[in-house]
Amino acid sequence: MLDASPQTLVRVDGLKMYFPIYSGILRRHTGDVKAVDGVSFDIQQGETLGLVGESGCGKSTVGRALLRLYEPTAGSVVIEGEDIATLSPEALRKKRPTMQMVFQDPQASLNPRMTLANIISEPLVEHTNWSPERRLERVYELMDAVGLNRRFANRFPHEFSGGQRQRIGIARALALNPKFIVCDEPIAALDVSIQAQVVNLLEDLQEKLGLTYLFISHDLSMVRHIADRVAVMYLGRIAELSPRDALFANPLHPYAEALLSAVNEPDPSLARRQRIILKGDVPSPARPPKGCNFCTRCPKAFARCHAEKPELQEVEPGRHVACFLYTPETGDAKAGPTGVPEANEHLQQGETK
Amino acid sequence: MPDGAAPVLAVRGLRTVFRTRGGEIHAVNDVSFHLERGELLGVVGESGSGKSVTMMSLIGLLPMPPAEIRAGTVMLGDQDLLRITPDALRDVRGAKVGFVFQDPMTSLNPVFNVGFQIAEPLRRHMGLTKAQAADRAVELLELVGIPDARKRLGDYPHQFSGGMRQRVMIAIALACDPDVLIADEPTTALDVTIQAQILELVKELRQKLGMAIIWITHDLGVIAGIADRVMVMYGGQVVEQAPVKDLFANPQHPYTRALLKTIPSLTGARADRLQVIEGQPPIMTAAPTACAFRDRCTHRFARCDAENPQRRSLDARPVGFGHDVACHWTPEAADA
Repeated sequence: MLDASPQTLVRVDGLKMYFPIYSGILRRHTGDVKAVDGVSFDIQQGETLGLVGESGCGKSTVGRALLRLYEPTAGSVVIEGEDIATLSPEALRKKRPTMQMVFQDPQASLNPRMTLANIISEPLVEHTNWSPERRLERVYELMDAVGLNRRFANRFPHEFSGGQRQRIGIARALALNPKFIVCDEPIAALDVSIQAQVVNLLEDLQEKLGLTYLFISHDLSMVRHIADRVAVMYLGRIAELSPRDALFANPLHPYAEALLSAVNEPDPSLARRQRIILKGDVPSPARPPKGCNFCTRCPKAFARCHAEKPELQEVEPGRHVACFLYTPETGDAKAGPTGVPEANEHLQQGETK
Repeated sequence: MPDGAAPVLAVRGLRTVFRTRGGEIHAVNDVSFHLERGELLGVVGESGSGKSVTMMSLIGLLPMPPAEIRAGTVMLGDQDLLRITPDALRDVRGAKVGFVFQDPMTSLNPVFNVGFQIAEPLRRHMGLTKAQAADRAVELLELVGIPDARKRLGDYPHQFSGGMRQRVMIAIALACDPDVLIADEPTTALDVTIQAQILELVKELRQKLGMAIIWITHDLGVIAGIADRVMVMYGGQVVEQAPVKDLFANPQHPYTRALLKTIPSLTGARADRLQVIEGQPPIMTAAPTACAFRDRCTHRFARCDAENPQRRSLDARPVGFGHDVACHWTPEAADA
C-alpha cells in the first residue's frame, strides 16, 4: 500500500511506541502503555499530512517518535533514505537540521531567560560554525520571514503575545533550512482570530521554502484547510488515511464518521442536524480492547471486530481504512465463536491488572 | 419589558475594573443584558474580552480587591445581587444560580468524594438530611448520565474521566434546581466526541428542567448548535446581540463578520487562504472613549476615533430584545 515514489520524503513503517509500566515492590515490568501501536504512512515531498484524533490517541507521540525525541519500540522511520529509528547518536545529530518541530505551547517551549535572537540562533550555534555576525544576519532574515519586527530581537518571550510567540517558535524551527517540520498542535493555544494568522504563515512558508509538514491537530476544520491528506488516529492506530476532500466528503471508517459528525459548524442550520453520538470514553492505551481498538464504542461493530485487529488496507485508490466493514471477508463466520471467549478473558485480565 | 413576562436576570450598566500595579484594567465596560426564563444565551468572545469577568461579577466570585465593581445593577427576580449582604449572596449561589467551570479537574475538590460534593449544596441550601441528600445525589448523577450512580458516590474526582467529571460538575450545579445556570467554557477542555455528548446532555436537561442558561465560549460552532440568542463581546463591551439565526445569517459588527470568516468550514467551499483579523485584541487600560475594535477594523472612519459607539437596534425591537450592534458604520456612512 505504501508504494515507493521518487518524491516520498518520510516513510513510517510499523512504528510502535510503548511506554513500560512498572509496578509492585520489585518495580517489575508489568505492562505497556501502547501509545502508538503499529502505525505506517508516508509523506510526499512538499505535502502536508494532517494527523487528527482525540487526546491520548497517540498523535503527538507519533510526531515525537518520528523525530526520535522518543526511542521507538519498533518500526522504522525513513527520512530521505536514512532510518531515523536506528541511526547512531552522531549520525542522528547530523540529520537533525533536516527535521524540526513546532510545539503546541509557545509559552512552555521558549526559554524565558533567553532573548528572541538567542532563541532563534540556538540551532545555528549547535549545528554550524558561523560567526556571530553571520548568525545575527540569519536571525534577522528569519524574523522577516515570519513577520516579526527586527527591533524585537533583544526582547524576551514574555513580552510577546501568544501568536507572536508561536512565530518565534516557527522561526527557530526554520533556522537550519529543514525539509520536514512536525507541527504539534501549533494553533491550539491561540485565540480564533490569531489562529488564522499563524496558519496562513505556515502555508506561505511551505510555498516559499518547499517544506513538508506533519500537521498534528484536533481541530478538524483547520486540518481540512491546511492538509492534503489526513490520517485519523484512534487509540494508537490509524483508523483511516485518505485524501482530504474524500475524507471530509465521505468518511469511511465509523470513527472518522463520528468524529466529523461531532464537530460543531458555525452555522445554526447545520449545527442542529442529527449527529452520531459515541457512547462512553476512549479505553486506556495500557489495556486496549481485544480486536479492533474502536469496537467498544463503534455503532457498527459485529462479532469479528471483537476478535481480530483490522489492518490498514487500501479500499479505494488512495484511501486506506482499518475496518472489517470494508474487507472482502466481512461477516466471516469463523471469527465469531473463537473470538468472544478470548475477549472475555482479556477483560478479566484487564480488571485484575 | 415588551415580551410580557419579567426576565429571570437583568443586568444594567455593569462596570468592573481591576486595580493592578501597572494601573487599572477596565475589564467590563457598561454591559447590559437580560436572560429570559428557559432561554440559552450564548456569550462569545476571545480571551480577555470580558465574558468570564462579567459573569463572575454577577454573583460575587471575583476577588475584591483587585477587582472592583464600579457601577451597575444585577436583578435576579427582585433582588439586586450587587447590593445584598455576602450571606444573602451565598444563599443565591448554588441555590438560585448554578455554575459549571471550564476545567472539571481543578473545580472539583480532589480530597472529597463526589457524593459529598454533590450533597454539600443540598444540605446547606435545602436543609436535607444526609440520607435524603445522598438519594438526591444519586438521582442527579443518573440525570446527567453517569452509569451505576449509587456505587460511584464514594469515588473521588480522579477516578472519573474528563467528560464524566464535567457531568459531575453539571450535577452539582443543578443540585438545588437553580433558575439560572452559568456555564463558563464547559466543553473547551474536552475532546470533540465527548463535547458532543455534553452538548446533547445539556439540550436534554433543558427540555426536562427548563432553566435559563448562560453559555460562555469562544467556539462559534458550539454557539450555533445550542444557543437561542447570542451576545458577542469585545474589549469588555457587548458589540452585537441577536437571535442565533440572525447573528449567523446576517452578522453586522465588523468584528463578528471577521470572526465568522476566520473559521474554516468543515463542509462548505474550501478557501485558498484564511481571512485574518490583523493585530491583537486591546488591553483596556481606561474606559473606552473610542471604538475598541477600530485598530483592527477595515471600516474605520473619523467617528470611530472620536466616540465609543453605543448599541443601536437594527429592527423595531428595543436594544437587547432584537438584533442590535455597537458600531458607527452603516452603508450610508460609507457613502458620506
